[in-house]
Amino acid sequence: MTSANPTTAALLEVKGVTLQYKTDRSQVTATFRVSFAVFAGDRYVLLGPSGCGKSTLLKAIGGYLQPSEGSVELAGREIIRPGPDRMMVFQEFDQLFPWLTVTQNVAFALTNGVGMSREHAIKKARDFVDRVGLSKFADTFPHALSGGMKARVAIARGMSVEPAILLMDEPFAALDALTRAQMQDDLLLCRQTATTIIFVTHSIAEAIKLGNRILLLSPHPGRVKAELGSDGRDDIDPADGLKKSERIHRLLFSEDRKPESD
Amino acid sequence: MEPSAMTMQERRDIIHDVPDVTVISERSLSVWERLYNIDGLRRGVVIVTLALAWESYGRWLNNPLLFPTFGQTLEALWVGLSTGELTRHILASLQTLLIGYAAGVTLAVVLAMAATTSRIGNDLLTTLTSMFNPLPAIALFPLALIWFGLGVSSIVFVLIHSVLWAVALNTNAGFRGVSRTLRMVGRNCGLSGLSLIGKVILPAALPSVLSGLKIGWAFAWRTLIAAEMVFGVASGDGGLGWFILQSKNSLETPSVFAGLLAVIIVGLLVELLLFRAIERSTVERWGMQH
Repeated sequence: MTSANPTTAALLEVKGVTLQYKTDRSQVTATFRVSFAVFAGDRYVLLGPSGCGKSTLLKAIGGYLQPSEGSVELAGREIIRPGPDRMMVFQEFDQLFPWLTVTQNVAFALTNGVGMSREHAIKKARDFVDRVGLSKFADTFPHALSGGMKARVAIARGMSVEPAILLMDEPFAALDALTRAQMQDDLLLCRQTATTIIFVTHSIAEAIKLGNRILLLSPHPGRVKAELGSDGRDDIDPADGLKKSERIHRLLFSEDRKPESD
Repeated sequence: MEPSAMTMQERRDIIHDVPDVTVISERSLSVWERLYNIDGLRRGVVIVTLALAWESYGRWLNNPLLFPTFGQTLEALWVGLSTGELTRHILASLQTLLIGYAAGVTLAVVLAMAATTSRIGNDLLTTLTSMFNPLPAIALFPLALIWFGLGVSSIVFVLIHSVLWAVALNTNAGFRGVSRTLRMVGRNCGLSGLSLIGKVILPAALPSVLSGLKIGWAFAWRTLIAAEMVFGVASGDGGLGWFILQSKNSLETPSVFAGLLAVIIVGLLVELLLFRAIERSTVERWGMQH
């Protein structure tokens, strides 16, 4: 495993981040003073129920949104705008450009994002399209692809740029269960590439399976509830006799039963 | 294995060996189905039927001064084209049209770009469009006469008016309709401002932009013919509108019809050959429009 030496500096630091956005009627606080650190090689999972601001948090790391308090720093530099060092894979199927073929979609990120020459970009794009198993569809337009294939292309696009961090916003949520399981396995297989990944999900099972570090967020507004390690297995912890998934479930949902002390 | 002899308790797991080959699950369509699927053919049938109806009514009426037959119109059209007189007028019209259309479309795109980049730009476009879009081009003729006199510049002025608002409205609607996700992907790849508009927003809005260009084309063409009847004499070769008006003045009704037919044919050709071809090779090929 490529888990980072704890003495080295964190790759990404989220420091006391409060995120707010305005709707037509009101101002919504999505997260409140959230702090965590991601190290190189992490598969870092943001886990929580809907309304915990995990997607908003990911958008802030992506640079689409500025925190109203706190800061997000990548390798010591504050994030102020979107950029190809933080490639994002979205949940939506329409994240591919319909006027570009599969290969061209990947190459688009390479030519525009990192200024690669066209021929070089096409070559590298083909390589990554091969890696996600879509060689046969390299010259197909996205409208002819299934949802799972589109998600694969988006992941290939994200990885080809070799970003400092790959941000994934529930990329498998809109897929059917079989495809989702397949994609999760595929993602674990690319572990060797040691891409640092931040992964947003609301599925406890997915978080345990994919993550090596799991951040639990409580809803309305999102606050850090816990940060746990994961080895990919849902084992029973001898300390409390609970499976990891049960422990996470209690941590996330216990406050509904217990009255708040503060 | 006898299926009828089976009972519920005896059902076992069944696993088939399915070879890993692509099964072709298609049937080719019959000749009729295929012919019926050709747009051009179906429309051709409609046109032939209409032409036949025209011919028979003209013959029944037997008054070429009032309503020439299809044949007489075609003859006038042929004479006009072969002597080069009608051709000259068509080319003159197209030339003026291209100037006005290009200017109108350029202005529309600039306005729509301003509208996507700033709120005030959007307010400007929305207000101007709702003010001027309902204003018929003909209503501007007197003003054009005062400002630009009799001539091509007057025609171009009203052409720009007829193209600008329709195209700007559609382009802006298309730009606004581009999904947030696609914009975010574009910004993720390091694009912003003009490069984002050019590389992401414009192609993503192409279906709306194209339909705006088509509407703008139709508006421009009809405005042009009307404008030429007013300003035509001074603008060099006159154009199709002037040709129609002149033919009427010399009571050559078949030529009037031939002129009108030429207006229709040019309109259809541009629609079918230019816009359809563009749509087929872009938005339809990309699955953005069917």
